[in-house]
Amino acid sequence: MPLKPFYNEMYEPDGSVRPQYAGFAQWLRDTPPERIAQERHAADLLFHRVGITFAVYGETSGTERLIPFDIVPHVLPGDQWDRLAAGLRQRVTALNRFLHDVYHDQEILAAGVVPREQVEGNSQFRPEMVGVKVPGGVYAHIAGVDLVRDADGEHYVLEDNLRTPSGVSYMLENRKMMMRLFPELFARQTIRPVDHYPDLLLETLREVNPRDVADPVIVLLTPGHFNSAYFEHAFLAQQMGIELVEGQDLFVQDETVFMRTTQGPRRVDVIYRRIDDDFLDPLAFRPDSMLGVPGLLSAYKAGRVALANAIGTGVADDKSLYPYVPEIIRFYLGEEPILRNVPTYLLRKPDDLAYVLANLEELVVKEAQGSGGYGMLVGPRSTREEREKFRQRIVDAPERFIAQPTLSLSVVPTFAGDSLGDRHVDLRPYVLSGRETRFVPGGLTRVAMRAGSLVVNSSQGGGVKDTWVVN
Amino acid sequence: MLSRVASSLYWMSRYIERMENTARVLDVTWRMSLLVKEPRLQDQEWFAPLNITGTLFPFSGRHTTVCAKEVLHFLALDPDNPSSILSCARQARENARAIRGSITSEMWEVVNATWLELQRIDETAMNSGGISAFFDHVKERSHLFRGVTFGTLRRDEAYHFTRLGTHIERADSTARILDVKYHVLLPSVRDVGGAVDYYQWSAVLRSVSAFEAYRQVYRDAITPLRIAELLVLREDVPRSLHFCMRQVNETLEVVRNDRSGETLRQAGQLLAQLRYGRISDIFATGLHEYLTDYLDAMQALSGEIQRSFFSPTLPD
Repeated sequence: MPLKPFYNEMYEPDGSVRPQYAGFAQWLRDTPPERIAQERHAADLLFHRVGITFAVYGETSGTERLIPFDIVPHVLPGDQWDRLAAGLRQRVTALNRFLHDVYHDQEILAAGVVPREQVEGNSQFRPEMVGVKVPGGVYAHIAGVDLVRDADGEHYVLEDNLRTPSGVSYMLENRKMMMRLFPELFARQTIRPVDHYPDLLLETLREVNPRDVADPVIVLLTPGHFNSAYFEHAFLAQQMGIELVEGQDLFVQDETVFMRTTQGPRRVDVIYRRIDDDFLDPLAFRPDSMLGVPGLLSAYKAGRVALANAIGTGVADDKSLYPYVPEIIRFYLGEEPILRNVPTYLLRKPDDLAYVLANLEELVVKEAQGSGGYGMLVGPRSTREEREKFRQRIVDAPERFIAQPTLSLSVVPTFAGDSLGDRHVDLRPYVLSGRETRFVPGGLTRVAMRAGSLVVNSSQGGGVKDTWVVN
Repeated sequence: MLSRVASSLYWMSRYIERMENTARVLDVTWRMSLLVKEPRLQDQEWFAPLNITGTLFPFSGRHTTVCAKEVLHFLALDPDNPSSILSCARQARENARAIRGSITSEMWEVVNATWLELQRIDETAMNSGGISAFFDHVKERSHLFRGVTFGTLRRDEAYHFTRLGTHIERADSTARILDVKYHVLLPSVRDVGGAVDYYQWSAVLRSVSAFEAYRQVYRDAITPLRIAELLVLREDVPRSLHFCMRQVNETLEVVRNDRSGETLRQAGQLLAQLRYGRISDIFATGLHEYLTDYLDAMQALSGEIQRSFFSPTLPD
């Protein structure tokens, strides 16, 4: 029951094919359906064999599952992408400036642009980081910014993921799979490459090396093989040629981080960590954490090791800070934001709360600090009973929630069985910040595999597609 | 290489080897038990596998009698016994899973499938094709693991630590198997050199796949002295102590670091004893006493390996 018509990425409203899809549409017409069916089957087998799976929390049996992969790409024209890229660069640059500011001079709080309690009262604000000089002044080295396209054809930022955004391995594997199954598609048009992402990431990590050495030791810190994103951790470490370490592999002595190797302790300069702040250092944060490294914070504060991302970035990607991002961009850069924000209601504000409670069936309500699509209410798709249940949760703790109008996410044709149906997608480009900003064109396209569903998270049964930027 | 990864590789192959050797010990015991004997000695040989694997104490905590059925279940399929074949397969698999990125996919598939298969086997299935068929199957999985490792793994540190685990475990296990005769009593003193004695010694030989080697080397009757010489001192028998210690020494030379001096010294000393030892001297001390000393030295070496490669710390 759509409220508004959707933007179809492949077709114009009159049914003709959009120019960026011309090459693919032609190929689709020319290729026998049997071959497509056969290659789709091959893709499933290959993904299984390579072991590209992810663990699902809360499922007891078969905790490793394959993410569904769809062969119809999400195609963006080059000029649209270039504009998005400029907007991403602007937005992430401003957020990095913001993070540096809130942990140092707090000019933006003094100017009253962002309420002080919004920052300092946030559980993601880390007082330990106040005054700490981080290498290069960069906080969010890797950002995954979720974009959606509304019915008006414009892209909106849904959220900024500045902590440990995941999914980039799927972006790389999806492209590899498409090139392997349908090489002819890449011969007939110029699709901008993405496979140099690990090189860009490694360059970014090298740039924030705090020690003046030509060949810094860089490691990827994973919570271990029970983590849902372990495949990605192993994959990225292998692609970059760096060690994949667990907390137990590292130790801190004299404010210096070492890893235990068969040739003795080896000093570590840069840690690409895929562990949340809370678990990084049991001496500084959660004392029950078995995943972290005791003393890591002290080494970090002493400037003897770089962490990517920095500790305390969560204060800038919190859903309750999100509404302030356009102002943050204006404040630090003196520029108008290129990317649009979705209008957002903060339920801790009485006016917003009243409006949201009166219009629950039209809004999406989320926990300000939730992630993974758990615990959200999609108003237009909810039952009266679900709304009443959620209403009670909101009234109990309004400050924990935000609300936004229901966006009508754009659709891309997607195989369901042997026929194509329209499915909603979003797009997560990855923005790398070192001494300069880098990205590969496109990003990870996530698709809701169920007809009508707006939830694209892999933990909720979402699938993935290759993303093309064509000239 | 990360110490944790090296340690997992080492233990993965140790557990595979231990799984195989437990099957070998059970197989030789089974063969010995088939001999007709006096009622008072019924089942007495089933103490041997418990002694060899060092599990008599936990076994007797849960069982009242030592008999074929109970011991076989305990050492083959009991998930609560950490030394059982099933538990070894599980621990090998857990180590492999933690370091999947450092082994080849073929190695992972062998270790994973071995564990999955063993999980599905119950006592009925174990006995259905003859118990020896079960042991043969376990041995084949271990052979397959070594073959796949040899055929697919790059010759880097990963390979060396995998091999180290295999040979340390085997060097330990052959000594224990050889000692089995000490734990298995002959019906009476006058049976020494008799048919039962002969049968028991040849079972020991077969259990370490050295029966043919014995025939080729000695072309003569089976005697305890020669068997011990073959399995302790021969340098060219792949399960002999000498052979295993030579492999251990070669591997340690490759992976040595600035903390492994003592490890190499201990390993070198063990090798020298095997290289220059005389079987007559060993029998003068007593084979059992010799093997006991040797197993203590292996235990110490194992601890040194742990210290110098798997748990490095900065010098104070």
